[in-house]
Amino acid sequence: MIYLDNSATTKPYKEVLDTFVTVSERYFANPSSLHSKGSEAEKLLGQARKSIAQLLEVAPSEVVFTSGGTEGNNIAIKGIAFQHQNRGKHLITSSVEHASSHESFQYLESQGFEITYLPVDHDGLISLEDLERSIRQDTILVSLIHVNNETGTIQPIQEIGKILKEHPKIFFHVDNVQGVGKVDLPLKECGIDLCTISAHKFHGLKGNGILFVKNGVSLSSLFTGGEQELKKRAGTENVAGIVAMAKALRLILQESKEKRENLFEIKQFLIEELRTIDGIDINTPISSAPHIINFSVKGIKPEVLIHSLDKRDVYVSTRSACSSRQGGASRILLEMGLGENRASTAIRLSTTYGNTLKEAELSLKILKEELINIKKVMR
Amino acid sequence: MKMIYDHLVVRYGELSLKGKNRRHFESQLFETVKRKMRPFQELNMSKHFDRIVIELNGQSYEPIVKSLQDIFGIHSISLAVRSENDLEAIQKAALIALNEAMEGKKTFKVTGKRSLKSFPVNSMQLNQEVGGYLLRNTEGLTVDVHNPDVNVKVEVKDTGTYISSKSFEGAGGLPIGVGGKAMLMLSGGIDSPVAGYLTMKRGVRIEGVHFHSPPFTSERAKQKVVDLTQELTRYSGGKIKLHVVPFTKIQQTIKDKIPSSYSMTIMRRVMLRITERLAENNHAMAIANGENLGQVASQTMHSMYAINEVTNMPILRPVITMDKQEIMNLSHKIGTYEISIRPYEDCCTIFLPSAPKTKPKREKAIRFEQNIENLEELIEEAVNDVETLILEEGKSTDETFDDLL
Repeated sequence: MIYLDNSATTKPYKEVLDTFVTVSERYFANPSSLHSKGSEAEKLLGQARKSIAQLLEVAPSEVVFTSGGTEGNNIAIKGIAFQHQNRGKHLITSSVEHASSHESFQYLESQGFEITYLPVDHDGLISLEDLERSIRQDTILVSLIHVNNETGTIQPIQEIGKILKEHPKIFFHVDNVQGVGKVDLPLKECGIDLCTISAHKFHGLKGNGILFVKNGVSLSSLFTGGEQELKKRAGTENVAGIVAMAKALRLILQESKEKRENLFEIKQFLIEELRTIDGIDINTPISSAPHIINFSVKGIKPEVLIHSLDKRDVYVSTRSACSSRQGGASRILLEMGLGENRASTAIRLSTTYGNTLKEAELSLKILKEELINIKKVMR
Repeated sequence: MKMIYDHLVVRYGELSLKGKNRRHFESQLFETVKRKMRPFQELNMSKHFDRIVIELNGQSYEPIVKSLQDIFGIHSISLAVRSENDLEAIQKAALIALNEAMEGKKTFKVTGKRSLKSFPVNSMQLNQEVGGYLLRNTEGLTVDVHNPDVNVKVEVKDTGTYISSKSFEGAGGLPIGVGGKAMLMLSGGIDSPVAGYLTMKRGVRIEGVHFHSPPFTSERAKQKVVDLTQELTRYSGGKIKLHVVPFTKIQQTIKDKIPSSYSMTIMRRVMLRITERLAENNHAMAIANGENLGQVASQTMHSMYAINEVTNMPILRPVITMDKQEIMNLSHKIGTYEISIRPYEDCCTIFLPSAPKTKPKREKAIRFEQNIENLEELIEEAVNDVETLILEEGKSTDETFDDLL
């Protein structure tokens, strides 16, 4: 099996699964229960929070556990908007956000908020001048994706943070679901107030995520009915999943330290080879995340290609898993001005540290063969 | 971000003590710094007359500076570039340092200091030569010698020239270990950890004492104190011992035999006696606590007068003059606030009478106390059954979880 859909989800590390099973068996009590079993679970939860905080270089009180990326983005964006709407109702984001952000903003728009969707260039980057120009007296939030989930484009978060430092009343939310362990993001240095992270994108389990909320940032909570998660997110904590996530985070950061170059090597190889194939356009910009390669194949429906690769045990995707079932053109690629044709024929390869150059070579060979097969049939 | 700073210069501050004492202070501090820097493996450290120089060897400075800011006895930490003792090299390095620190600022000055007298350019000339070079090679900057946004310090030493433009404030105080040892009474509230921090600030080592009354106080209340102590290890130069005193029997006896309006006063007197014993057993010469004047029943001047009588040992009360808000601010700063506000009852609140005396009389306290005939025995028993935990910086208190995380 060659699995190249790691931006959709990753395979959990073996150690992560072991942790999950052990914790589920031994520390299954509700951390809010008063008895000693509850106390034990609470302690373990606290250790996990501390460990995650250390890895992210933030304070434990700034780590809020969520169910994942979609929830994190929703809580952050709507939470800030509703909490601070008395100060202003203008929000800034980009036109290339993940659906969970994009649709949160569309919802807020229907609730009377005013949204600026910053346009992007051919590489998928927003312009800093545009951002500066769009800031107004009543702007309360800037929310941007760090690493684009379809193209691997990296927004210049650090520079954006610098601009926003001049506007201390504006909250800065970053969707870092795709970036963890692949592209560094020092939260404090970048002046980030809120940051969304999802465990299953770095070999943790589905149903777990983190929302970093800087101390002093107040959010209206979307869930009520308990005091868990610093009252920002009520509900019984998923202790086993959270501890497993702490482990996954530690392991991915370790791997990223040791093997980041491998990913770049694989990406470079794939891009160079893909370029030589007739009818293929590379959509991923040159300077981008090490693990995402997006390209379009002229005249071939991506679903057809995915299924024929599938038969050969190679797994890739069209684009964001969250919108891939809708068919049609990619909103992101359209916004980048790549045109309807390219936007509706895009394929995404996404790697992780387990992938090898050998796998890349083999999948490329298979891709070439399948392209020939498909073209034969189509003729 | 590009890394240009390759050194940290750690200054000791006003350790104005001379001769033997100073040497002792400095070597204590150096030991603490070395221990604290253990998690950062690639560092080289060296001790000089009035400073410690840390070579970063490519590591980012933020976590290191943050960690150093926990150490008492350090006045300031500067980011520095080292250059050869050569005017041109110094000028170039100064320009790099200035550019790094300037961001949005407009004025600077150069403070030259020639400690190496064989260097041909003296301090005054250094200011002019380096300042002039910086003016020529930057745009929009001016010199302001009185109130500059950035101060570029240039110090010529025999080991090279250190140029720094960015400084961080140290924790101040005296190096831990130079001032003896005190027993810190830790209830789990907001004040006592702050008192512990401030005690350590004077160079005093601490050991914690906590009174535990199961089943009236829960495991979580004890864990809270363990976690507070763990947090304080950041400032302790390594380890802190925590003595957990079994207090149930005594509290029950007090409830039985003492009028409720005096139970708090008597309880405090007994706690103090036990702490004194523990101090003697552990070679401590003082007791520290989070007492404050005028906050709650036991913390009035009258109350203190009625309680303090039982010991001759000095009692340090570092937060005695502070407002609650000041204490809370410090508590936030040192990282104990979030732990202190966990809502578990401690031994002080569990048997709290509905109307404690705010002006207890010493004579009455002494008289009531005599109701407990076997007090000495009870104290002896509690001291003998103390559970002692050793907490160490950077080590989780429960290693059974380590494999899971």
